[in-house]
Amino acid sequence: MAIVTPQRPEALAPEQTPSAPSRFLRRPTNTGVYGLWGWMTTVDHKKIGIMYSVTAFLFFLVGGMEALLLRIQLGSPDNTFLRADTYNQVFTMHGTTMIFLVIMPLSAGLANYLLPIMIGARDVAFPRINALGYWVFLAGGLFMYSSFFLGGAPNGGWFGYVPLTRNLPGHNIDFWVFGLQILGIASLTGAINLIVTVINMRAPGMSLMRMPIFVWMSLVAQFLLLFAIPVITVALFLLGFDRLFATNFFNVAAGSDPLLWQHLFWMFGHPEVYILILPAMGIVSEILPVFSRKPLFGYQVMVFSGIAIGFMGWGVWAHHMFATGLGPVAVSAFSASTMFIAVPTGVKIFNWISTMWKGKLSFPTPMLFAIGFVTMFTIGGLSGVTHGVVPADTQQTDTYYIVAHFHYVLFGGSMFGLFGGIYYWYPKFAGRLLDERLGKIHFWLMLLGFNLTFGPFHILGLQGMPRRIYTYPSGRGWDVWNLVSTIGSFVIALSILTFIINVIKNRKPQDVGDDPWDARTLEWTIPSPPPEYNFKEIPLVTSRDELWHRKYTEDENGRSVRRVVEAPASASTDIEPAADGEHSDEHGDEHAGDHAEEHEPHIHMPSPSYWPLLTALAMPVICYGMIYKTWAVAILGGLMEFGCLFAWALEPATAPEDLPQHEEHEAVPVS
Amino acid sequence: MRRNRRLAALSASLFLFLAACAQNAPQDTLEPKGPVARQIDHLINPVFIVAGLVFILVEGLVLTAIFKFRSKPGSPEPEQIHGNTRLEVGWTLAPALILLAVAVPTIATIFDLSKKPTNAINVTVIGHQFWWEYRYDDLGVVTANELRMPVGRPVELTLNSVDVIHSYWIPPLAGKTDVVPGRSNHMHLEADAAGEYLGQCTEFCGASHANMRAKAIAMAPADFDAWVAGQKAAAVTPAAGTPAADGAALFAQKGCAGCHTIEGVSTGMVGPNLTHLATRTTFAGSIFANNDSNLRTWLRNPQAAKPGNKMVIPGAPLTPDEITKLIAYLDTLR
Repeated sequence: MAIVTPQRPEALAPEQTPSAPSRFLRRPTNTGVYGLWGWMTTVDHKKIGIMYSVTAFLFFLVGGMEALLLRIQLGSPDNTFLRADTYNQVFTMHGTTMIFLVIMPLSAGLANYLLPIMIGARDVAFPRINALGYWVFLAGGLFMYSSFFLGGAPNGGWFGYVPLTRNLPGHNIDFWVFGLQILGIASLTGAINLIVTVINMRAPGMSLMRMPIFVWMSLVAQFLLLFAIPVITVALFLLGFDRLFATNFFNVAAGSDPLLWQHLFWMFGHPEVYILILPAMGIVSEILPVFSRKPLFGYQVMVFSGIAIGFMGWGVWAHHMFATGLGPVAVSAFSASTMFIAVPTGVKIFNWISTMWKGKLSFPTPMLFAIGFVTMFTIGGLSGVTHGVVPADTQQTDTYYIVAHFHYVLFGGSMFGLFGGIYYWYPKFAGRLLDERLGKIHFWLMLLGFNLTFGPFHILGLQGMPRRIYTYPSGRGWDVWNLVSTIGSFVIALSILTFIINVIKNRKPQDVGDDPWDARTLEWTIPSPPPEYNFKEIPLVTSRDELWHRKYTEDENGRSVRRVVEAPASASTDIEPAADGEHSDEHGDEHAGDHAEEHEPHIHMPSPSYWPLLTALAMPVICYGMIYKTWAVAILGGLMEFGCLFAWALEPATAPEDLPQHEEHEAVPVS
Repeated sequence: MRRNRRLAALSASLFLFLAACAQNAPQDTLEPKGPVARQIDHLINPVFIVAGLVFILVEGLVLTAIFKFRSKPGSPEPEQIHGNTRLEVGWTLAPALILLAVAVPTIATIFDLSKKPTNAINVTVIGHQFWWEYRYDDLGVVTANELRMPVGRPVELTLNSVDVIHSYWIPPLAGKTDVVPGRSNHMHLEADAAGEYLGQCTEFCGASHANMRAKAIAMAPADFDAWVAGQKAAAVTPAAGTPAADGAALFAQKGCAGCHTIEGVSTGMVGPNLTHLATRTTFAGSIFANNDSNLRTWLRNPQAAKPGNKMVIPGAPLTPDEITKLIAYLDTLR
């Protein structure tokens, strides 16, 4: 039994369940809630993962529109399409959106959906906290975006350097400060939940070194979040206090040093970069072996290089500050650390290539995106090394060369990886494959548009075009490349449109089976889409690439050979692991081949709950009250928050109605 | 040589073949015009070449794998290779050694560039939203937006800011250094030949960050000395009854004097010192050529000309007649 069986305290016995909250808000139950209400109260990690992903994708469209506005403005010199302050709002929100509202939650969405399944668990450790994380993320995003209608969006850059952000008038920056605080809560709860899930809830036999690499990389990213978010939380509190209560943390006139903010921000901000890229590296490490029909080359090295990146990621933050006057000693140290973090990254790239080497490669859309990741991320990695050469970085930093670098890492890297993951796991999520022809059009358009947009940034930066400028004169040699880049950005937009069409057009149910790609990991042993409880029976894991080893064995030349003659497609997954002793008595009624719902197994899952949603909704109320110094509203929000948490604390994980009638039931995780 | 260098530098982009299209780019970082920028350039060139080679290696291997190992009908299942310790150690050590080879000259150059040059002219650069003030304290000269310097002699800049963080950058002469309020940063630069070198603020500093440009004008030493002498002269007082004299009166009446210093006339500290405004080639953060038509546009509505700048004209906007007279006065400030 993988799930830790909690001692159910007496207070949670059905007859003694506190019923006070349910008098005015009757608790939804697993059997009684459908439709929109079902989504709003769900604690199912798969539904929450889908909500994360869909919401993040919608924010991706918003952030993309902002990018198009920026590119239109910069398409020609002396353009007047956007006014100066509007441009500054749009570039601030583009960066903030893509980092906090797109790549992070998209990674969180995939991790939420897949991590429990990949480790053979039925849910996450804290299902309601999981739901809270999503709703807080949504609340934080909407809160920040409400600024557009309340006097103007944040306009101090995603990095929010003081004293500029301390001095800027209006509430623009306040929305940024408090919005990021809310989003930080979402990230922290998510990180704790996923860490506990991975550490405690692995199926029997799923040792750490048998975990799929995506689980590993997500785990490292969650640890980075756990330690990085508190740093920015501190920085934002200081700035928030300066703005609301005129404290002097960043008041230069009172003797403060503005570099304090930069140290705090980048001590968060650089691990953040690895938070954004590690999950995508994990995805690519899942996709390449499947379509090369070979195991991941150097699994251990891949794991440890990921961990090494996680550690070294804490020692490079000041490379964002090479021009700030830190002095030659500090600068030299960070120069060296910045160069050497390229080593574990380089190792990964060579291991990915070796995974493909001597394989039997096929190129469906997920594989194209994975290869796109390897090739484009390499470019970003190499330009990253040139930043480590500090004297050269003083020529490069805050120019478009840097913009090129991190778009090759975050778009060419993270977004290519995430799209690869979406195409790869879509059949699992939806029970149908995305159209291959449209998928390939999407990939090639995106590759073309991406390089047209961001390739010229290298040239522009080396020709001295600074970042964050809303206009530039002609005669600097920048006109042509800016125009090329603007055209490229619309090609990217077209590629995203192709993806949307693909999703909308493919709504007909298909029979894709459990394992359409002939894949290697546990998520492909269960139906597509998976039932609420994921696994009828908790799997017993005997090896890394568990599913592959159930399907294949190696001959004397090390080549893989199918274990069984030719099982029917959907039943191919049901090969009993050899060492499965304790579960064999139940084998009879557990034939995974027929997923027909003759009888639902007696697996009960945690019940839905209102409280995560309501708890999340109280947070923006507090923040609006704070920003506008309407203390009554802030206190009301605080009381709401307290009330919701109180009611939540008294609510059992499983509603009495959802408890099975007999005593022998599977225990559920509590939150 | 330059061609190879550029090729290597841009190999990171897929647009090598278009690199030839680059036009004249006065802020190009790869065309150093002084010893500091040249030292940086010499450091980064081999790094670009190494990066270009690694790029070709990696992408070449990926493409080879794609074409060589693509699934063909009837091809057997591949051998299940789980790793190769010797290879993996190899490609851990190889990049580490390459990076070590890059790190050593890098760190040497860092320390080398941090040394204060001898025989330098000291200039204090003060960042303002959104223009630069230059104080030649040893020479008794104050000017704005354009750094005047003699050819062949280093200039040591002490960087301060009165408001937010800016960053001072003249790419053909040197890398950038941030201009942080409450701190004094230092950098030095030097020009090989007489001429104008363009740059701009590179740390986001507010609404008109894009409009905070900079210019260094290197002059023959004799010309520089003549310029210094001219800058030290007192401001001209226009003859009574001329439009310029009316302009001087307006300068006091309309509040200009509250923000701008003109030696012997006013002591305002918010805006640029205007004592010798007419000797400058540009104004307003070097975004406008210094001529009557641009001054007229500026005085009509400074906020429209440069969003978010600190220049406000108290009371009613200036009339065309007032503007004409003010310009007549400003033109005398040689």
